[in-house]
Amino acid sequence: MAATDSVERIVLVGAGECAARVARVLREQGFTGEIAMIGDEPHAPYERPPLSKAALVDDEISQVEVLSATRLAELGVELIAGTAVESLDRDRRLAVLSDREEVTYDRLLLATGARARTLPIAGGEFALTLRTIDDARALRSRLGPGRSVVVIGAGLIGLEVAASASQLGCDVAVLEAAPRALGRALPAEMADVLVKRHADEGVEVLCGVVPTDITRLGGRFAVGVGGFDKPITADVVIAGVGATPNVELAQASGLTCENGIAVDDRLRTDDPVIFAAGDCCSFPHPLYGGRRIRLESWRNAHDQAEVAAANMLGGDEQHSAVPWFWSDQYDFGLQHAGLADEAALSVVRDGGDGSQIRFALAPDGRLVAASGVGPGISTAKDIRLAEMLIAAGSRPDAETLADPSVSLKRLIKL
Amino acid sequence: MSNWTKACNADDVDSEDVIPVAIDGHDYAVYRSPADDYFATDGLCTHEAFLLTDGLIMDNIIECPKHNGRFDYTTGEGQGAPICENLRTYPVKVEGGSVYIDLG
Repeated sequence: MAATDSVERIVLVGAGECAARVARVLREQGFTGEIAMIGDEPHAPYERPPLSKAALVDDEISQVEVLSATRLAELGVELIAGTAVESLDRDRRLAVLSDREEVTYDRLLLATGARARTLPIAGGEFALTLRTIDDARALRSRLGPGRSVVVIGAGLIGLEVAASASQLGCDVAVLEAAPRALGRALPAEMADVLVKRHADEGVEVLCGVVPTDITRLGGRFAVGVGGFDKPITADVVIAGVGATPNVELAQASGLTCENGIAVDDRLRTDDPVIFAAGDCCSFPHPLYGGRRIRLESWRNAHDQAEVAAANMLGGDEQHSAVPWFWSDQYDFGLQHAGLADEAALSVVRDGGDGSQIRFALAPDGRLVAASGVGPGISTAKDIRLAEMLIAAGSRPDAETLADPSVSLKRLIKL
Repeated sequence: MSNWTKACNADDVDSEDVIPVAIDGHDYAVYRSPADDYFATDGLCTHEAFLLTDGLIMDNIIECPKHNGRFDYTTGEGQGAPICENLRTYPVKVEGGSVYIDLG
């Protein structure tokens, strides 16, 4: 049920990419009421993606602002930084802040994001995690030529951090408990391309390796590993073992949570005046049979922000954007669109320059996912076209997909 | 003051496509529309300075390959977030099979 009362005051819980985008869209759509943005980090909204990539390789980590203090002021957004929302009184429509201040709302957005999971082993607290710019600065200060680094987890963050540390001259090893790298994110063949790129830089990715404990040895650390005779020692241990959605506020407020704050395809929670978007929410995806999914990506934060902003102002937009993410490791770029889990057939297109694209087709012939990897950003155009084909529910011919001499644009225009 | 400089040959650019051109260390993008009109803009996205020429063109829109910021390449106008700043455009003329851009 959509709420239809008038909207004069909107509160955004969170001050990351998603909340910043919502604030901008609200103004673009002509909303002239009050907007308050409440974030627990002591910063204006900044870009997180560079923190594990290019920014980590710089001598000093620069903060790329999404909305500077000046821009926030121009937009008429009140930023309450360094402050958490402690609780919601949904009957009175007010948020209670960590400094006891109370803020009322007509519509509320939960864009609380996710936090890095910590290692559930003895000494797990010795492993650094990366989520915020402060985390990145703490990590950067420990990296440098000749430093030994163990990264636990060969997911996207783990591999990006491994690549950045290696570029800084560190001696890096990556440990992954699963049988292969990037198991959750990518087809095995694409993961292999990236793992090989790491090997070329002397970064070993060891799979099927389960860390059992971490102990401190003076200024160094020893990582105990199941099946190994002796622990692996390192100057720095980093855990990239996934993220947990920040659902505690929603849960304590009686909102349904199911692998994230549960919203419908309009991004509404159980409470018609409370919406959720970005990493913190799970939602049914119409392109994938209405299956409930949760995405942790920059693009999803943006796409959902557009929908949430429109619907907070009384719109009735469905969120149906194709999931999409990218990664940069050394000089290699990766882009992925769609969800591959219902795929029955995989088709490869060889770019001839060391790049390749893998298309995943469902049993009914629909294109459901495409990933491109290779030097630079050479596959970006094709992944963007694949994304359009996925959104349109296209059933492209497998031979055409495999033929690099045929532009995918042709398929769009058929 | 005009400063017409040769950027490329007219047939270096396919219809509905774009190529990168570097002149004196500056990156430009030269476009050919489906109607075979030529356009030129700065080559780097105003958002985070990635090369736009790796991006996709549909109609008169170029889309940055990195964050999907979109510009109308005929006017340089940004098409919403994450773009805050328009793209600089340059006058273009085609003479004797060559594309010239006016660097001003």
